[in-house]
Amino acid sequence: MKNRFILTLVLFAALIASCAPVDLNAPMPTFDTGIDPTTWAQVPEGEFFYGQFNEEEYTPAFEVMVTDVTAQQYADFLNAAFAEGYVKVDGDNIVGNYPGDPFHGVKHELEIKAGDWAYIPLNDSAQRIKFDGSQFSVQEGYENHPMTMVTWFGAWGYCQYYDASLPSEIQWEKAARGTDARPFPWGWEIERNNANFYASRDPFENMSSFGSRTSPVGFYNGQTYDGYQTVDSASPFGLYDMAGNVWQWIGDVQTMEGFSDRFMRGGSKDTYDMDLRLWVRNSAPPMYFSPGVGFRCVR
Amino acid sequence: MQFVKDRFNYLFGSTKGLILVAIAMIGIVAAVWGMLSGPMAEMGVREIVIKLLGMDIVQAEREGRIIILYHSIAMAVVAIETYMVTSLLKMKEFYKMAVRVLITVGYILTMIFGMGFAYFGHNWAFHGLYITGLSLIFFAGVLLCIALWPWDSEYYITDTSYARTKKGVDLERVAFFVTAVTTVISALFGAVPGSYYGHGFETFLAENVIRYPHKSVMEYSVIGHLHIMLALIAIMLTLIIGRWLNFKGAWHKVAMPLMILGCIVLNLGVWGVVTPLEPVAHMIIYVGATPSMLAALFLLIWSWGKFAKEGTAHIAKPTFFQKLGAMVSDPLKFGPTWQMLFMNFTTSGIGIFMAIRLDEIFRMWPAREERIELTGHWHALSAIIASIILMYYGDMLGLKGKVRQLYGWSIIFLSDIALGAVTVFEMKRLFIGEAVQQPLVNTLMYMIDFGLGFLLVLLAVVMVWRLTDLFKPKGRWTEEMTHELSEEVAK
Repeated sequence: MKNRFILTLVLFAALIASCAPVDLNAPMPTFDTGIDPTTWAQVPEGEFFYGQFNEEEYTPAFEVMVTDVTAQQYADFLNAAFAEGYVKVDGDNIVGNYPGDPFHGVKHELEIKAGDWAYIPLNDSAQRIKFDGSQFSVQEGYENHPMTMVTWFGAWGYCQYYDASLPSEIQWEKAARGTDARPFPWGWEIERNNANFYASRDPFENMSSFGSRTSPVGFYNGQTYDGYQTVDSASPFGLYDMAGNVWQWIGDVQTMEGFSDRFMRGGSKDTYDMDLRLWVRNSAPPMYFSPGVGFRCVR
Repeated sequence: MQFVKDRFNYLFGSTKGLILVAIAMIGIVAAVWGMLSGPMAEMGVREIVIKLLGMDIVQAEREGRIIILYHSIAMAVVAIETYMVTSLLKMKEFYKMAVRVLITVGYILTMIFGMGFAYFGHNWAFHGLYITGLSLIFFAGVLLCIALWPWDSEYYITDTSYARTKKGVDLERVAFFVTAVTTVISALFGAVPGSYYGHGFETFLAENVIRYPHKSVMEYSVIGHLHIMLALIAIMLTLIIGRWLNFKGAWHKVAMPLMILGCIVLNLGVWGVVTPLEPVAHMIIYVGATPSMLAALFLLIWSWGKFAKEGTAHIAKPTFFQKLGAMVSDPLKFGPTWQMLFMNFTTSGIGIFMAIRLDEIFRMWPAREERIELTGHWHALSAIIASIILMYYGDMLGLKGKVRQLYGWSIIFLSDIALGAVTVFEMKRLFIGEAVQQPLVNTLMYMIDFGLGFLLVLLAVVMVWRLTDLFKPKGRWTEEMTHELSEEVAK
């Protein structure tokens, strides 16, 4: 009888623990990584190894942002774009115009029509961009973290606004991989202090309460932060966070006839290390947003 | 020398010995390779295991490794079912011996050399032996089909309490035969694309391409193969459990034709994915799955009724609770059909719900979330199949009294806690957002680890007991040397 009581108590305690609210604004360490998110890296024209089985692909030269777009950069964009009428408020969303996708009526295909589509939601508790009715600002401490909770439209709109675009899959992978067949931007193996991934024990996660959180862009640059030693994990072209931290939206539309999802690359703070391999794809409809999805631009 | 010879004869010459070896092999693989992923990887155990065993893990080859890993386990499960079938059903001694030799050599080659190739450097001789093992299993399957041929008057039955034709053809044997034949054919749907993709690990996991609107014939073939093989393993196990429990009477007479029909239609639907019938293949699969599942339901209804009736035979007017108590009094006999019912919550129900609400819900989530559901629900089915085999094995061991109760209920509770938690984990996005999920995820992970971990501990205890028993001159193994499962079928 006593044993049954203890067992019931343990199960009840576990149930209560699983329902514990998560403090999305729990204190978070702030670090200056020294990496400037406004810089762009040069990727030369030429062939490189693409995909898991190293097919040879070619790209012309292009430039790519050294880091993911930060929350501060996105807030600056929204302030400028809002003032110009490029984006507007629609209910609980910031929306902008998108010209629509070709539609083929294939089974499971979503029709993405021309019109206003949500860039970011404002009413989600995980949103780090705040809007007071006239100005956009960033929740303190998240300024140099990657912009998250942004739809593909929101990422596309940002890049378009600055005369850039989202990277194609081929551009993204070349920027991340360089010209050899490495599976990770920094090389052939992965250690916990190479990138921010699930249970990587970085200073921003607490798996017993809120779980994983983003790290500031360029965090894994070889610096030591309050005793946490990172490994310099830049890609061969000097890009940071091309594996882990946040999935990155890819610009390709309808890569297969009837495929309305948008690809994402790079893995995130919420995925195991296997998803950080450079050829791994994730995808979602373009209206999807998440605390684990961000982007960067190419031009 | 005689000491070794006797044990060898038991382990590789008797039904129970062969089953023991296969369970032990699966247990070792599950225990070691289970430490390479999930919470064990999070805790850093994976790195230790890799270093300790000298594994050679190449990042680009993960998908290929996993395919070899689960083929290795699946082949041992198929071998266990084959031992059961050849021990439960009448057949010519030559076929029985030939099937057993082929499948035993086959699965051991597959497991040892497959895993050796996949995880310990690419010795191509190992790959060749892995393929040899798979081929031997295929030939064993062909021989089993011949051995099971039901239209031989030798196997006709006269007992009218079993499903039979007017001529006396045993419809249960026909169901076994159909399942075996369709399994052999369905294996080809994996073998052909396996040859195509398998040269140098240029392969893929089906769950990673599921969203692509256009798939090649080879990709469809792989997707069909993995679905139907697991379904056929489950169907064969349902037939085995029915035979063990001596399924008969009116329910049997309805269930067996349904099982035969369902199995054939289900297979036609799955094979149809590589033909122009692909657009309607899913509909054919649903049509086939329904009678198969109904047949399993009839086994459940019949067996639960039988347990309740037999357990209360000494009571003049048993109450509902007395009947219920009798029904669950033997967890090893009640458990398998309970697990089949539970499967509807963890596998069939999830699959049907996903199919119905695919566009509205699941395709609104990222592909990685959908992958969790896909892999989760067939991991759950595999674990349910394993738990049913372990329950039957507990009965074969002759467990009695409190040990039987403890063993049986432990398997039921531990696996159901784990698989229930897996199901909630798969479906969590329906009711909780990513940003606030961690406490729930932690609780579910504890439940999964607790359930599966202790299940493995239970299995380890049984294996250690059986190992120590082998050192005894008059151990239990000596009693099991000549036992056939057909002798232990319920009266």
